[in-house]
Amino acid sequence: MAIDLSRFVATFFEESREGLDTMESGLLRLDQGEHDVELINAIFRAAHSMKGGAGSFGFTAITELTHLLETLLDQMRSGKRAITRDAVDALLASVDVLRHLLGAAQSGDAVDATRLAEICGRLKSILDGTGGAAAPAAAAAIEPPATPAGWHVRFTPHPHLFMTGNDPLRILSELFALGPCSVDCDLSGLPEFGALDPTQAHLGWTVELRAGVARAVVEDLFSWVEGDCTLAIEPLVAPAPAAQPAVAVANPAAVADAPAAPSNVVPLREEKAPAAAAAAPESSIRVAVSKVDALINLVGELVITQAMLKQQSAMLDPVLNEKLLNGLNQLDRNTRDLQEAVMGVRMMPVDFVFSRFPRMVRDLAGKLGKQVRLKTTGEGTELDKGVIEKISDPLVHLIRNAVDHGLEMPDDRTASGKEECGTITLSASHQGGHIVIEVGDDGRGLDRDRILAKARERGMPMPDNPSDSDVFQFIFLPGLSTAKEVTDVSGRGVGMDVVKKNIVALGGSIDIASKRGEGTRITIRLPLTLAILDGMSVAVGEEVFIVPLGVVVESLQIKDGDIRTVNGSGRLLKVRSEYLPLMSLGDAFGVKRTQRDDTLPIAVIVEGDGRRVALEVDELVGQQQVVVKSLESNYRRIQGVSGATILGDGRVALIIDVGGLTRGLAEAA
Amino acid sequence: MHVQTTPAAGSAAAILAATDAREFLTFTLGSEEYGVDILKVQEIRGYDTVTRLPDAPHYIKGVINLRGTIVPVIDLRLKFNLGEAAYDASTVMIVLNVDKRVVSVVVDSVSDVTALKGDQLRPAPEFGSAMDTRFITGIGAVEERMLILLDIEKLMTSAEMGLVAAQAAQ
Repeated sequence: MAIDLSRFVATFFEESREGLDTMESGLLRLDQGEHDVELINAIFRAAHSMKGGAGSFGFTAITELTHLLETLLDQMRSGKRAITRDAVDALLASVDVLRHLLGAAQSGDAVDATRLAEICGRLKSILDGTGGAAAPAAAAAIEPPATPAGWHVRFTPHPHLFMTGNDPLRILSELFALGPCSVDCDLSGLPEFGALDPTQAHLGWTVELRAGVARAVVEDLFSWVEGDCTLAIEPLVAPAPAAQPAVAVANPAAVADAPAAPSNVVPLREEKAPAAAAAAPESSIRVAVSKVDALINLVGELVITQAMLKQQSAMLDPVLNEKLLNGLNQLDRNTRDLQEAVMGVRMMPVDFVFSRFPRMVRDLAGKLGKQVRLKTTGEGTELDKGVIEKISDPLVHLIRNAVDHGLEMPDDRTASGKEECGTITLSASHQGGHIVIEVGDDGRGLDRDRILAKARERGMPMPDNPSDSDVFQFIFLPGLSTAKEVTDVSGRGVGMDVVKKNIVALGGSIDIASKRGEGTRITIRLPLTLAILDGMSVAVGEEVFIVPLGVVVESLQIKDGDIRTVNGSGRLLKVRSEYLPLMSLGDAFGVKRTQRDDTLPIAVIVEGDGRRVALEVDELVGQQQVVVKSLESNYRRIQGVSGATILGDGRVALIIDVGGLTRGLAEAA
Repeated sequence: MHVQTTPAAGSAAAILAATDAREFLTFTLGSEEYGVDILKVQEIRGYDTVTRLPDAPHYIKGVINLRGTIVPVIDLRLKFNLGEAAYDASTVMIVLNVDKRVVSVVVDSVSDVTALKGDQLRPAPEFGSAMDTRFITGIGAVEERMLILLDIEKLMTSAEMGLVAAQAAQ
């Protein structure tokens, strides 16, 4: 029966990408001098499983390259080759090429053959160079390994093997079916009769299979028990000592230091600890994002229904309906918990973005001739997937800036009494309902006077005695940030306005603190999720609108004398010493106002796109968390409206996009 | 069975001839009777209060909450210039699935579901430039009743409807 492999291909691509990430981060740690065997093992494993997968799907280019990687890594692991910067560079480069190959395989594009040949050549030349043992290994790497006369298999199941539904006897009998075998049983793990637990596996076997089958055939037999056993498969007659390195199947502890003579069974009992640790990671399942989103939608509906019930139940007599009301209270709590749990599903550790930076910083530092150390903290902090995807580009920009402009050249650093190697810190943490991401450097800091001079030159409005933070906010203005002169001197760059715009679009804010000669720290505050918003509900006539709480500066009652007109039509509201444009929300959205003589209108001062506007509303209804719904899925975009939400009584309320409203105001003017 | 003689491609007659009979949900707007393909209909609901949308054409009444989804509401009487009818107990909304969107139309009342065979079908009338018949696929004759069959998908996704962004309509 033919098995349709195509449905496994997607999984292969996904897992390979993860494998590449593991390899990359592992290599970067190697580069920083962490020469831990377990670390190399992890890299090796990633390369190995990619090789296996690529082999089954017929991606020969990937198989070829990963094989070279394996050979090199194996030599590093066995201590036959020093871990040089050169080798790590080559390995990192091959990770890039593998990424390209994966992409090409996935989209069916042509493979960049020169790039592949170049990296293969580079790896081979490293394999060929230094170290006598390397030569045969390289030879083996280039040609596919010849099938040996047979295999020496050492198979020791972990005690819990039976619990996984596997039976070693079945595997052994299949092994026998491949050809003539001789078996040794290892009884050393057998406890005394009194202590014998019949549900545990205590035996181990050493099988000598005398049949010229491919290694993969033998490995396949054990594929169901990967991770549940200690397994070593070695060629029975090795053509050259180093040519056929022992390959660990799924279990790092199974691999000995270097290919040994066939008869030398790998003595690894005492190395079992890491194997146990490796089995510990939490299990997880892959779920399509659309399924999670559907779940979140359903819970959103449940929350709305629950709010409706609650509103209705408020009218009931608490004495007569005590049980019903208790039940509703319980429902309230459960719904809230459920909502929180479901939102948690979409949360991902911020490490998904952070993990790409070590590589980027390393490359950038190399290019600029600087020495940079990247310190990351709080990688485990969780954030909504949507936010994570959108925060990535701004962070890349900020870190590039920090390396490029923030940090000085090594000589300058020494001259100013600093350590040659500059430090960039990247941290994430929860603060209240927000996540705070900080990008800091210990470089030269911002030049306040230059920014101020530049801003004056451009005629930007500024307070009389601008505070540091006022001044630093100038670099987020488009006119200033694009000015090359300031960029080079102040050390902050092109496109900071774009960074700020992206952050603000996410409902976040960005701040700078800097001290000359000591460095700069940029703080980004973001909401935990895009799906829920803290809003202030305001009423105009019969309609209710939601103003995002983040943009609300204050709200106040309008007194008669506070409104001035300009040219008879434009209205300004006097707020203390400022005059703000006053915009009637009712007029802007074409809502009929019910005349209310008894109450004075209320102005909500909002800030969007750097300008302040007063919105005239009839009433403040309250503050609440609202679930953001898209208006565009069934309708189209409306200027000044960012989305809609459903109120407790089931009605729809529009969420106001203050930036859009004020832009509309500016265009109309 | 009626034998169709090379009907114009794409006309309702051609579609009907191909599928033998199809069912239409019929509804009234003023004194006229209309029909839409039943397969486009998701559900029928009573009229609910809508939330008005700023900057929308007069026939888009606003949006409603349909079990968590925000659905725009179109008053077909206003769209077809049939005068503004009062909203009363029999006023209903037909929730339609067109082009992966959910929209809801307000009609005076829903009549029934009628199966139309090829021989009950007449081509869309020609009024010259006096009237726009682009969204009419044909006329269905059921005994004494005359059904105006609407191409609801074309109508809802047309740029002039203002339901979709201009570039998305094409």
